[in-house]
Amino acid sequence: MSIFRMPSLGADMESGKLVEWLVAPGDKVARGDVVAVVETQKGAIEIEIFDSGVVAELLAQPGETLPVGAPLARLMDAGETIAVMPPGPKSVPEPEVAPSFADSAQQPVGTLPAIPREPTSPELVTLASPGARARAAAAGLALAEVAGSGPGGAVLIGDVERHLKAALTKPALPDAPVLPKPCIDMTAMRRAISTAMSRSKREIPHYYLCHEIDLQTAQIWLEAENTARAPDKRLLMTALLIRAAVRALARVPELNGRFEGDPFAPSSSVHCGMAIALRGGGLIAPAILDAGDKDVDSLMNSMRDLVARTRAGRLRNSEVTQGTITVSSLGEKGVDALFGVIYPPQVALIGFGAPRLKPMVHDNVVEPGVALTASLAGDHRVSDGRRGAVYLTEIDRLLQEPEKL
Amino acid sequence: MTRDEIRNAFVADLTAVAPDIEPSALRDGDHLQDDLGLDSMDFLNLVSALHKRFGLPIPEADYAKLATPAMAVTYLDQALSG
Repeated sequence: MSIFRMPSLGADMESGKLVEWLVAPGDKVARGDVVAVVETQKGAIEIEIFDSGVVAELLAQPGETLPVGAPLARLMDAGETIAVMPPGPKSVPEPEVAPSFADSAQQPVGTLPAIPREPTSPELVTLASPGARARAAAAGLALAEVAGSGPGGAVLIGDVERHLKAALTKPALPDAPVLPKPCIDMTAMRRAISTAMSRSKREIPHYYLCHEIDLQTAQIWLEAENTARAPDKRLLMTALLIRAAVRALARVPELNGRFEGDPFAPSSSVHCGMAIALRGGGLIAPAILDAGDKDVDSLMNSMRDLVARTRAGRLRNSEVTQGTITVSSLGEKGVDALFGVIYPPQVALIGFGAPRLKPMVHDNVVEPGVALTASLAGDHRVSDGRRGAVYLTEIDRLLQEPEKL
Repeated sequence: MTRDEIRNAFVADLTAVAPDIEPSALRDGDHLQDDLGLDSMDFLNLVSALHKRFGLPIPEADYAKLATPAMAVTYLDQALSG
């Protein structure tokens, strides 16, 4: 038997609000299954379970705010599982489990103990974007009252605004108060960013390097490649950059890992964080898990999925807690270079500026070409500028042969 | 398809990719990247959705013709009737 607890989703997190259970007592779960949704400063996060077994009892209700470590559910292991699943619907060997099963048996659902889903109010299972949640919370509005127009009926910020506007114009509410600005999520997010970045600047002695990379070959290869591809198979330059950044770690492995115990031990897997700017301000850097095992196409798919789920407020806890390195790419519209602040407890951050058409020198001839400035923010406790330079040079080398990435 | 129908479809795909954009606040002249803050991944996801919906190839060379809702509707309208 084991207890599933409120996980920590970052050093700054003290508590989380349980939004939704995705399992019910009797459900089989395997390590890595998403079992619950918890609301944090980073939006709603899907929580994966660490143990396999059968859900015996849910110990927390949706809507409850619970400290990190608080028990959320009780889990029976595989051995106990067999004992719990006899054909007799009422035979429940675990005495503590009996009440919850018995409660649900009182409902006119027949005698199947496998589906005693906890009664939850509709508000608590409403799908919604982080912006919509914050807006609704700021206005004191229950999300369930709002008709959702997003994917899967998710409530979007526009739906909340429409709902509030309609409520304002109702004659029954002539003196409706002026609504507060939707600032709750931003305040929390700024606080989370502030905590992490202050810790980084306090604890991590940063050094910075930058290097201009000739991107002409990669750009030409990418354009030719994309011409032959349908839009949903096309690649972005960022996918090539992340692939090169991940592969180059093989040369300088000490840049990859989490500084959680002294001495620092590099991580054997690469969970590559990707900084994603949110339109309302703030940013999240969820990780592409096992990025070292992914080729360019596979990385591109992971990036698409990660960006879409970040926008929809559906990231997983492993993605927000297990990053071993972060890449921040400014894309086509950005400035020339960025010098990042390492996301602790990681030990390096790679910044890619916007690719630019520039005068480049090839064989002593100046001609126009695409260039990009790559930067490295490194943790001086675990690496030095010399090793950092090897790393950026390796990224450059890999990008000169895009077809081999 | 009328221009209105194309616009509605475009707005539906845009707000699916960028759930925080308010459809009623969207202006036809808004620049998708500069005004609405779509990044290159959002834009590619939008192009993918339009490709699926309309069956048009939308090559990268045409991306600039989709810079605003008004331009995109004109582009899609012409591509569909062309």
